Amino acid sequence: MIRLSGVSHQIGGASILNDITADLPRGRLTALIGPNGAGKSTLLRLIGRLEPLQTGSIHIDDLDLARTPSAEIARRMAVLGQQTVIASRLRLSDLVAFGRWPHHQGRPRPQDRAITADALEAFGLTPLAHRFLDEVSGGQAQRAYLAMTFAQDTDWLLLDEPLNNLDMSHARSLMARLSQLVRASGKSVVVVLHEVNYAAAWADHIVALKDGRILAEGAPQDVLTENGLGALYDTPVMVTQHDGRPLVLHHF
Amino acid sequence: MKYALGVMIAALLPLSLASLMTGAASIDIFTAPSDPWALLVLMESRLPRTLAVLLTGAALSVAGMLLQALVRNRFVGPDTVGTSESAALGLLAITFLAPAAPIWIKIAVAAATGLAGTALFVALIRRLPPREIMLVPITGIVLSGVIGAVVTWIAWQADLVQLITTWLMTGEFSGVVAGRYEVLWIAGAAAALAWFAADRFAILSLGDEVATGLGLGTRGVMRLGLVVVSLVSAMVVATVGMIPFIGLVVPNIVSRIMGDNLRQSLPVAAAGGAALLLFCDLIGRLVRYPFEIPVGTVMGFVGAGIFLFLLYRKPAHV
Repeated sequence: MIRLSGVSHQIGGASILNDITADLPRGRLTALIGPNGAGKSTLLRLIGRLEPLQTGSIHIDDLDLARTPSAEIARRMAVLGQQTVIASRLRLSDLVAFGRWPHHQGRPRPQDRAITADALEAFGLTPLAHRFLDEVSGGQAQRAYLAMTFAQDTDWLLLDEPLNNLDMSHARSLMARLSQLVRASGKSVVVVLHEVNYAAAWADHIVALKDGRILAEGAPQDVLTENGLGALYDTPVMVTQHDGRPLVLHHF
Repeated sequence: MKYALGVMIAALLPLSLASLMTGAASIDIFTAPSDPWALLVLMESRLPRTLAVLLTGAALSVAGMLLQALVRNRFVGPDTVGTSESAALGLLAITFLAPAAPIWIKIAVAAATGLAGTALFVALIRRLPPREIMLVPITGIVLSGVIGAVVTWIAWQADLVQLITTWLMTGEFSGVVAGRYEVLWIAGAAAALAWFAADRFAILSLGDEVATGLGLGTRGVMRLGLVVVSLVSAMVVATVGMIPFIGLVVPNIVSRIMGDNLRQSLPVAAAGGAALLLFCDLIGRLVRYPFEIPVGTVMGFVGAGIFLFLLYRKPAHV
């Protein structure tokens, strides 16, 4: 379980997160949703220690984030931020192999190579493994970073808008893969999602953020309601059911 | 690309042999074991010079590759971000304050000020918008210009302009004899040390976020890289003078061919830099034989040509 208590964050005087206290369940796929500027990415980045924690505390299972060495956290939790600039000319195979670095510190063992190969295969990158990062499309690069994060093979997986740049089929297969990781391997996943229907279809637990506060949290059926989503996004939506899960209609 | 290192080393052998055979004194180096005069020229001048060129070329190329990984920008080298000017400032200061200080103290001071200058550059570019990649080399050029101007002004006031010319203008190897180049071995050792942390530098070049996600202490790796770059630059500046372009061009060529997996590419950059600089030094020695053109001048021509070629070449894949 990831336990957030009293987490607040400010950037240049502007308050981004206000006194967030919540538990993210272990062994579940948790989605962070909310409008632009709600603080979802900031919250994920704080949990992933990509930003220094200003106020409050974060515990990942038994580890206090503020007191645990970064290298140790890297063996428990993999985090992928939003990629902006790619300056490096690494081969995709080398990039994905770096996902194993926290476990072997520069001396890859046979099992590290096997896991790297599996991750490349899982994201359909084997034919591109020898390409350089600056010679593939944005979506292929995004899949390579995802494969690296998967290769890290940690209990916790934190992804900030991983569906960016991915087409319909890769987006769907990523969500299916995350869901399978949770179900089959007992991993815990926290993911920032822009499109609520991916949360509706795949998430076990949803945390809805608005203006740096938690507006609602719980199971998809309880959070994804017409009133709840209308208040969250300040826009009217319809919610129906499909295959026993909520389906949010907002494209009209 | 596994052959790249082999090709480079294969090129180094004939180049080194040619370097040993080239010089104003007409000697036959193959009779050196039996000819004391030839042996003297070989051991006191030809061999030290060849080694100095090899070490300088290798160390500057490695330093350039590290710097480019640390600041995530292809268009900088140790000679364009203020490192050498800062090192010269330190050399100038120690020349004033303790002219009789032993060489290793002078070099330590030069390395320290070089480190401060490079750290200042890194602090400056952190404030730039990340997408404006051309602002990084421009900031470096402005910073080296400013520090260089301070150095020149102080030297002018103190009537030491000639001294700083040997550090900052065209570097050259004609003055290298045994006993006057050995600190370059430390530059070579610093560059070799970087290889052991190659993975860390490669991970850091993917950005602070990826590096943190993989549990890497980004500050420590950055400091180690800056120390290596500053040490190399300071020793080169203090012994043979700054050599332009090599730390910019060689990393670009190597990265274009084999990418940025530094564990594989750093040795190739070292061998390639050594070969390119030795080639340029040979040209400089042969064009107006028995007189010499400084290797910095030759490198300026050759390096500018290679750099333009790299800029205008089409990418391999789209």
